[in-house]
Amino acid sequence: MEIENLDHYSQVILSLAALVTLTSFIMLAQGRLLRLVFVFALQGFMLVSATAIAAYSFDNPHLYISAAITLALKVLFIPWMLRRHILKLNMHRDVEALSNKTAIMMGGASLVVFSYYVLHPIMQNSSMILLNALSLSLAVILLGMLLMISHHQAIAHVVGFMSIENGLFFAATVSTNGMPMVVELGVAFDVLVAAVLFGIFFLHISSSIDSLDVDKMNRLNEVDQ
Amino acid sequence: MSILLAMIQTLLFIALAPLLAGWLKGCKCHLQNRKAPSLLQPYQDLLKLTHKQPVVSKDASWLFIIAPYIIFSATVIAISVIPLIAVDLPTAASADVIVLVGFLAFARFFLALAGLDVGTAFGGMGSSREMTISTMAEPAMLMAVFTLTMTASTTNLSLAIGHVLAEGLELRPSFIFALFALILVAVAETGRIPVDNPATHLELTMIHEAMILEYSGRHLALIEWASQLKLMLYGVLIANIFFPWGIAQTLSLPALGYGLLAILGKLAILALVLAISETLLAKMRLFRVQEFLSFAYLLGLLGMLSHIILEAAR
Repeated sequence: MEIENLDHYSQVILSLAALVTLTSFIMLAQGRLLRLVFVFALQGFMLVSATAIAAYSFDNPHLYISAAITLALKVLFIPWMLRRHILKLNMHRDVEALSNKTAIMMGGASLVVFSYYVLHPIMQNSSMILLNALSLSLAVILLGMLLMISHHQAIAHVVGFMSIENGLFFAATVSTNGMPMVVELGVAFDVLVAAVLFGIFFLHISSSIDSLDVDKMNRLNEVDQ
Repeated sequence: MSILLAMIQTLLFIALAPLLAGWLKGCKCHLQNRKAPSLLQPYQDLLKLTHKQPVVSKDASWLFIIAPYIIFSATVIAISVIPLIAVDLPTAASADVIVLVGFLAFARFFLALAGLDVGTAFGGMGSSREMTISTMAEPAMLMAVFTLTMTASTTNLSLAIGHVLAEGLELRPSFIFALFALILVAVAETGRIPVDNPATHLELTMIHEAMILEYSGRHLALIEWASQLKLMLYGVLIANIFFPWGIAQTLSLPALGYGLLAILGKLAILALVLAISETLLAKMRLFRVQEFLSFAYLLGLLGMLSHIILEAAR
């Protein structure tokens, strides 16, 4: 089945899946925290549009509520909170030196191939859009993990964690045409609590070791070496 | 008849290019709270330059004198390939996108040679920078163009635009990537703000202006006009490949008039977007340009990959 034969909903979803993956890659290469948070908000916005479009085309009003919650949390509140922390801890001028950017990007590209490789046998009989959208959301999840591995700053880790959640959310929206409201409210609440907790952790980590670089935590020992 | 139309279209293209430059400058001035010059100012500038006597350095060779003519005519041949107001043109059938890129490279080659010819430090520096940027911009542009040509299965611009038109409104992930890649390449190739600042001769970072620093009089007018043509060429390319609606598919007078209005509207909007981005962004360091263009290349590559993975038949 070629893309010309798909309806507009599938085309939009495929395009958004591609763009969400692109934002994941941009986040992976981003050394500046404020820009990282901005790209994260952009990714959230694409999720919101995907959800809203799903709500419109399946005539499923409760998805609008889910889109609104995502908009409020992932596009506005969490980026705003992270931004406030970055400005408060005076980290907005730091450029994180990523060790071996090219290798990370190549690793990211191979993760995309890997998620296709994993999902292709499973999704053999399903539609093309489901296979593509699911593979790309799996890729977004894996890229979020790679982001957490490759960056040193705790804030980047949080963004990576949230983008894993974005990938899961996208997969859920695409494959089930919207999860039950209870599940979505639960997930949204979890994310909110996580964001607040992370905020508290940031303050504690930075006040105790005077940095948010998690590599420095490896040097924390009970015994002096 | 159609040959005549192709010639009229090319002449129209040449005549409209300074107007686009004037509109762009006007938009920028309004955005930056300055008093805008008249829309026709670029025409008056070109006219003024043609009246002035060109001053040529005693060290300049014959190449320096003929280069402006070569650059201008190569650009004119390049624009004659691009459908402006009507899709099927006899000139468009004779050359495809790769030839188009070739003509632009040809013009740039002579521009760089002319910059080197007099032997001043600025000219050589400008030429070297221009070639550095173009070696990275050209693959990115070809990548973006290949995405289109793979979808339409032709490298001919007229046929490709016809294909996009016939398909109707289809949202393709590959086209989104190719569009962004082409926009980034266009910004780099036409020397607009994040890459080069077209408005100044004062910075040590200038690229295009450094090459043409030695030119004056009608030679300068030709080169300026050619670079305005190039700006419009990229604008028309972006507008007509990705948003071809409104272009005339038949050679009737109302269709052509409508096509002209459509392209003018699209170019006006594109120029406005460019003016806004130029106002918002600051010029990059020269060594950041490579990152900028490899991002464009990455987008082009992603466009092609998503064409193969997301859109192809399985």
